[in-house]
Amino acid sequence: MTVAGSIGILVIIAVILALGIPLGGYLYRVFSGTGSRLDAVYRPLERLVYRAVGVDASVEMSWKAYLRTLMLVNFVMMVFAYLVFRLQGRLPLNPDHVPAMPWALAFNTAASFITNTNWQNYSGEQSLSYLSQMIAITYLQFTSAATGVVAAIAFLRSISAKRSDSLGNFWVDFIKIHTRLLIPLAVVFALVLVGYGVPQTLQGHQVAHTLSGAVQVISRGPVASLEAIKQLGTNGGGYFNANSAHPFEDPSAWTTVLEMIAMGLIPCALVWTFGRFIGNRKQAAVLYVFLTAVLVVGAFVIYANETRGNPILAHALGIHGVNMEGKEVRFGPALSSAFAAITTAFTTGAVNSMHDSLMPMGGFIPMLFMMFNLVFGGDGAGLLNILMFLIITVFLSGLMVGRTPEIFGKKIEAREIKLATVAMLVHPFIILAPTAITLTTQLGKSMLLNPGLHGLSEVLYAYTSGAANNGSAFAGLSGNNVFFNLTEGLVMLFGRYISIIAMFAIAGSLAKKASIPASSGTLRTDTFAFGGVFVAVFVIVGALTFFPALAIGPIGEQLQMWASLGH
Amino acid sequence: MAKNSNTLTPDILRRAVWESFTKLDPRVMVRNPVMFVVEIGFVITLLLTIDQNLFGGHYSAGQRGYNAIVTVILLVTVLFGNFAEAVAEGRGKAQAESLRRTKTDLYANRKRADGTYEQVPATTLHKGDIVRVEAGEMIPADGEVIEGLGSVDESAITGESAPVIRGAGGDFSSVTGGTKLLSDELVIRITVDPGESFLDKMIGLVEGASRQKTPNELALSVLLAGLTLIFLIVIVTLEPMARYVGKPIDVATLIALLVCLIPTTIGALLSAIGIAGMDRVIRFNVIAKSGKAVEAAGDVNTLILDKTGTITIGNRLASEFVPVGGHGAQEVTEIAAISSLFDETPEGRSVIDLAKQKGIAFAREDYLQAENVEFSADTRMSGLNLPNGTIIRKGAVDAIQQFVADQGGSIPADLGEQTERIAKEGGTPLAVVKGTEIYGLIYLKDIVKPGMRERFEELRRMGIKTVMCTGDNPLTAATIAREAGVDDFIAEAKPQDKIRLIQSEQEQGKLVAMSGDGTNDAPALAQADVGLAMNTGTTSAKEAGNMIDLDSDPTKLIEVVSIGKQLLITRGAITTFSIANDVAKYFAIIPAIFLTMIPSLQSLNIMHLHSPRSAILSALIFNAIIIPLLIPLAMRGVKYRPMGATSMLIRNLLIYGLGGVVAPFVGIKLIDLLLATASHL
Repeated sequence: MTVAGSIGILVIIAVILALGIPLGGYLYRVFSGTGSRLDAVYRPLERLVYRAVGVDASVEMSWKAYLRTLMLVNFVMMVFAYLVFRLQGRLPLNPDHVPAMPWALAFNTAASFITNTNWQNYSGEQSLSYLSQMIAITYLQFTSAATGVVAAIAFLRSISAKRSDSLGNFWVDFIKIHTRLLIPLAVVFALVLVGYGVPQTLQGHQVAHTLSGAVQVISRGPVASLEAIKQLGTNGGGYFNANSAHPFEDPSAWTTVLEMIAMGLIPCALVWTFGRFIGNRKQAAVLYVFLTAVLVVGAFVIYANETRGNPILAHALGIHGVNMEGKEVRFGPALSSAFAAITTAFTTGAVNSMHDSLMPMGGFIPMLFMMFNLVFGGDGAGLLNILMFLIITVFLSGLMVGRTPEIFGKKIEAREIKLATVAMLVHPFIILAPTAITLTTQLGKSMLLNPGLHGLSEVLYAYTSGAANNGSAFAGLSGNNVFFNLTEGLVMLFGRYISIIAMFAIAGSLAKKASIPASSGTLRTDTFAFGGVFVAVFVIVGALTFFPALAIGPIGEQLQMWASLGH
Repeated sequence: MAKNSNTLTPDILRRAVWESFTKLDPRVMVRNPVMFVVEIGFVITLLLTIDQNLFGGHYSAGQRGYNAIVTVILLVTVLFGNFAEAVAEGRGKAQAESLRRTKTDLYANRKRADGTYEQVPATTLHKGDIVRVEAGEMIPADGEVIEGLGSVDESAITGESAPVIRGAGGDFSSVTGGTKLLSDELVIRITVDPGESFLDKMIGLVEGASRQKTPNELALSVLLAGLTLIFLIVIVTLEPMARYVGKPIDVATLIALLVCLIPTTIGALLSAIGIAGMDRVIRFNVIAKSGKAVEAAGDVNTLILDKTGTITIGNRLASEFVPVGGHGAQEVTEIAAISSLFDETPEGRSVIDLAKQKGIAFAREDYLQAENVEFSADTRMSGLNLPNGTIIRKGAVDAIQQFVADQGGSIPADLGEQTERIAKEGGTPLAVVKGTEIYGLIYLKDIVKPGMRERFEELRRMGIKTVMCTGDNPLTAATIAREAGVDDFIAEAKPQDKIRLIQSEQEQGKLVAMSGDGTNDAPALAQADVGLAMNTGTTSAKEAGNMIDLDSDPTKLIEVVSIGKQLLITRGAITTFSIANDVAKYFAIIPAIFLTMIPSLQSLNIMHLHSPRSAILSALIFNAIIIPLLIPLAMRGVKYRPMGATSMLIRNLLIYGLGGVVAPFVGIKLIDLLLATASHL
């Protein structure tokens, strides 16, 4: 670890936090109806859109109506993407003559992008036409992020609602999040990336003849536009197979820093928006402090393990120093470690280094962050998970102060606990059950390229990534087969929608409740004591669940490595 | 009833042991999902003790012995849980039995249509029947006195041996079946059908027969069931993972790990905590009609208390004699004392007492010839007509002024000023008149009960707002409110004001508690979230409230609030403890399970446990014995001290959260040492 590297990591995280606050305030003004200065610009534009699509912006939706619309829109978009992948061979904008995707892969890819996961069982440059990259991949990277954010906003409305039924209007929110946040930010960021040399073209691949006479086919395409929303939307699905390790996606140290900031921006802002919605900035500040602490600790665990290097190599071959396997020289260990932590904390899934090549405990952190799924988390989805664990924490600690637990003035009763438990339960279930199935079936085992504990780590990582809608991979799996395409596809869908449905049901029931004014007997959730309990609860309940699996995965690997050196 | 049942008798314990076994019935166990999982685990390991290869594998005979030990520990775990519940129920059952004995063999003299009486068993009485009860007889069923006045011994219900007066009309007309009439004769109209009487309800309640899970208990059970399911998934999926990286784990060990991880401690004690909480309320001589009401009491935001009898001791007492119109203090004291000679009300007696303290000598005998004029609502004064024709009166200032004016007397100039001063200070002025001359004022003062100020302070720390209700004028009310330290008051309150206050607080989402006894309190009692009715009160008040205080002490609301909070804290604390325990258990069991496949995991064995099997068994034994160790805590409840929510959270977390992490490390290590020593011997 170097001082410069450590400061760099801290500065990147600090910048994310600093930018999150004003953006969070802006999102609050946009969605709370308090009005923003840009209304004059956007209102006429949005009205045009409403009229064109036939949306009555004045309709208020109950949680059921809101959820139904959200699910229907997502379903239609997923079917649309599936059809594009299946028909891309016959559709225009296909200069490299990419054929149609097989059905299982098309299902997996559609499920992956609609759920904001961006798990890629294909390599983009070989399996997708330009049209698919634009109207299926990039399109869903916008809408899936938007879906997550509007779901979170709808939930926030339920907290401030007083005995009402309304969570707002899905169409209005969905359009606004595009017009006022995602599109402007993505356009600006894409232009910046183009400035750094990221390609943006509709021309086909370039053929280069090298000095030694070899022929190289260099893929390119509309990369910058995808890259921008890939990070801003916490999507992570790269244009190229190598993702952000590819020089066309992430050409320099500066772009990788910008990409990290882009990943963190919206999830971080939403935590602040949450504070504004409940009229308590301190609440958001407390969450900032504790989540950032977890993020920083995680980033430095990776950094420390990677810079210490591989002791086996040192012992056997005398190769000392940083573990550079799977890392890009232009990023180095600090930026690679920070990227690995940020991409899994904010559940983006973009990678600028090979996670499979991280040291065991270095790979343990990304896995753990995805198991938590709430160290800020993805756009919207992260906040929903934070709220879900806040409800569980408030329930346990509320009992301990002798009152029926309340969250922000709303009583937490059996119905809310039942739903939060479902949301909490689904995560370990869809990680552990398919991992177990993969390891018991012949079909599943045939995918594993590595034996022993590392093979188990790879399978565990894959399903954890799917369940957390992250999309990064340990690789080491031959993932493109019907079995894995289907299981991983279902894991992504369940991971996304079961918790959204459960959280909407909670929102519906919270919205109807009266808000109890706080007194000195009310458990305050904006204190550091409570923040500590929150972390303890999600670590103990959230991570202990995975302790046995982790013990025979990365923890076991690390201990084996030490043991082999006689530590 | 309750005062003699504070201890656990050997009889209760003996029965609890027996019931621990009868409760093993799966139909009973299934209601508690956490412990039901343990029972299923027990059945499976029992089968594996009979045939260690039942689920495949080639295990040695040594495995069978290990399976047998696991089986025994699992059985003991379930039995401990059942025992906790049975002990908690036992106390109630013993009480119910003594109450039931009271109920049997009651006979009643029921009025026939022709007006004559017939003797029938009390169990055949119906609503509307008229019965006659004579001195020395038991009152056969709940009812309302329609004729007569008598003293009743209600000790069977309240445990209070001093008899109470019951009579037709007014707020003291309700009688309870199973109590004994000591004097006179009462004619009673029965107000309940068989099986619905107060006694029946009480039996049901103490027995826990009508016990339903309270809202918070229900929510917690859901969470516990969810956690159990999560750990079930963890364990079921662990087997294939272990098989992949090395060799399979035997079923008994998997079950042991599962049982260690699921929240058995709170699962086993949850219903005992609830029953014990209700029992604490009953021992406090308060009958809660449902556990929900007790829980709601813990959540109360606003407490509405009547001034008279609750905040102040029921009566105003004379505290000063104020002369007016140039009269001396001596004179006014003497006249005041004479006017009160035959006044047997506490106010009147307090005047005499104060006069004696001031050294005024007078003899009651001197005035035996005088004519006593009783207080009436019409005249609003009382006093004496002396044989010589002198009229002495004391009464409301405006009434006395009118009286003097009518007789052509004059009003002293400083009367108004003094009257106002007393009123402003929160007192009640009574004017004293002899003939046509006003001598002065008696300053009657409301006395705030000792300790009330501290209790309101305590309530404020709990975050509860207190509102005083009084019929007094705003000036007086404000003074008392300040003196007692309540947060707010309503003066000149009419019954509908109370309801309005309750409703407006509830609009804001607050929970309101109040106490009351009269018929006109009934609607407010029903409207409040927690309505504590006095046992001396009317039937309608008792029906409207969701708790009845047998001692008729309205300040008990404060204790009920504490008990409600304590109930929740106990549940939360033991849940936290239970979940925190998992950390140590993981460190004991995970290295033990994987020792043979991944020897390096031994470095996670930070407790340095003797052997894999002793590690697993130690964790499992710790998991079992922690249940009986915590029974006293579950029964007694976590100590509740009024303090701010955050400091209470920190305090309880340090004790039960941190304690929950540390205790098993120590406990498991100790058990492991014992096991290791035993195996060496």
